[in-house]
Amino acid sequence: MPYDYKPFPYRRAPGLQAPEPRHDVVIVGAGPIGLALALDLAGRGRRVTVLDDNDVVSVGSRAICWSKRSLEILDRLGVGERCLEKGVTWHAGRTFHRDREIFAFDLLPEAGHKMPAFVNLQQYYVEEFLADAALASPQIDLRFRNRVDVVSVESDHVKIGVETPEGHYALETSYLVACDGARSPVRQMLGLDFAGEHFEERFLIADVEIEADFSSERRFWFEPTFHPGQSALLHKQPDNIYRIDLQLGWDADPEEEKKPENVIPRIERVLGHGDFRLDWVSVYTFQCRRLARFVHGPVIFAGDSAHLVSPFGARGGNGGLDDVAALGWRLAAVLDGRAEPGLLGAYDRERVYGADENILYSARSTRFMTPAPGAERMFRDAVLALAAETGFARPMANSGRLSKPCIYPLDAPDDRRLPAGSRPGAVAPDAPLGAGWLTEELGSEVTLLAIAASPPRTGLRTLQAEAAETLADRYLGDAARALYLIRPDQVVAARWVEATAAEIKAAERALWEEPK
Amino acid sequence: MTLVTEPNIPDADSFYAELLAAHEGLGDDESRALNARLVLILANHVGDRAALSEALALAARTGAGGQPPASPRDT
Repeated sequence: MPYDYKPFPYRRAPGLQAPEPRHDVVIVGAGPIGLALALDLAGRGRRVTVLDDNDVVSVGSRAICWSKRSLEILDRLGVGERCLEKGVTWHAGRTFHRDREIFAFDLLPEAGHKMPAFVNLQQYYVEEFLADAALASPQIDLRFRNRVDVVSVESDHVKIGVETPEGHYALETSYLVACDGARSPVRQMLGLDFAGEHFEERFLIADVEIEADFSSERRFWFEPTFHPGQSALLHKQPDNIYRIDLQLGWDADPEEEKKPENVIPRIERVLGHGDFRLDWVSVYTFQCRRLARFVHGPVIFAGDSAHLVSPFGARGGNGGLDDVAALGWRLAAVLDGRAEPGLLGAYDRERVYGADENILYSARSTRFMTPAPGAERMFRDAVLALAAETGFARPMANSGRLSKPCIYPLDAPDDRRLPAGSRPGAVAPDAPLGAGWLTEELGSEVTLLAIAASPPRTGLRTLQAEAAETLADRYLGDAARALYLIRPDQVVAARWVEATAAEIKAAERALWEEPK
Repeated sequence: MTLVTEPNIPDADSFYAELLAAHEGLGDDESRALNARLVLILANHVGDRAALSEALALAARTGAGGQPPASPRDT
């Protein structure tokens, strides 16, 4: 059943009538990143205006695999359960060379998390759920068919020109967040350099509707007999839709390859039959690029406007949601007057670090999957040849290292007796807590988590927990007790086995200060 | 330095012959492919990242454009 693209309502902007008062935040782009950021800020009590140049959700086949961390973020924003219910849950991947399985992996071999390792859900559904929540929020003004065509940066605000079906109007805003995608008109209007690598290989992507019931594992093939000498990838999505990626080679002609008469025989070979409906076809090449800085005074970039990765490893949409998590609480604090604008430098530093990690991993995967002639090809083929017979070569077969949030290199109080996985800079691992989950209890505020400990009086929001088994494994290790200071984005800020109120309060104050 | 560059193979001449025999009858491309597989197999066996990095550096340095030795040794 093809997705029903219902247009969102268009309304005449107030600015067409009379000048609007200066806004606090204008977000350009109502894709998953722009909408998620709007909901995050609204949840922190801020009013937000979102401008989008069209009036439907993402058309076609784009982001699919939403990581556990992304699902936790979406859950805090109120759409996690809708995504879980509609999406296809998976955690296992299988890799094949020719017709032989060489490697299987499990992304979440352990229990004790609210969210699964991955949920496959078409980007248009994620946008629909986020847009529904945004439309229901009195804090968010979502303006469709409002296209930004002028951006002028002043010292402490931004002047924006907006084109609508009923004419042009101007806006002023203290902050503009550009969530306007890979081709980011805002980035182009500001003339910013977007440096990186463009890979030559072309891939055909197709969404096909089939009645069949493949299991929900991700499947990747190197040189299968159904597509000799090239790579192929298969993902199951909701509504009986399967996403198929087929490597075409750098000299493929995209216009020819997109034609149904050329696509259909290829898909028939993948599936072994012709019983399917072609829902979407496109041809793309990959890029790995980023802006040097994501913060330019009152203009901030998040998502694909700031950084691009090749899709193997699911780091695009997930990387963008990590940007939202890192930015929302800081921007809200600056607007509240609780922090100086310099705090946004911490967003820049952390997410440049995250983007670089995503770019590094996705470039490595791309190089393995589509190696250049010569040494790259030689070693890639050597790994595949050895994978059949040796344990070491199988995990070297790189069809995409799947997205996990990076661990920020924070200079913060730590205790080596505590487990590595919950150290400062890491996203606080989920664990069962009472009848629910730790991630649900942590919410969106700074929290002092005291495990088997009596916390000192700090005035901070405090959560006390017994050392229940999974919580103890993930947060105590060999220690008998611990205190964790957790940020509004659920990243561990600092931790101690024992600490005074003064030590904890100093660490909390540091959250609102510009990085040194 | 963790990489061993002093003699460490018992009856090295015999190993040398074994290496050549492995390539016998192979074309250029097949030889290159065999060497690539052998590099990965041996790298995994060595395992020590410091030794592997030193080995890569030594291999690069001793290529056709590499530096001559500092002084001649006894023959």
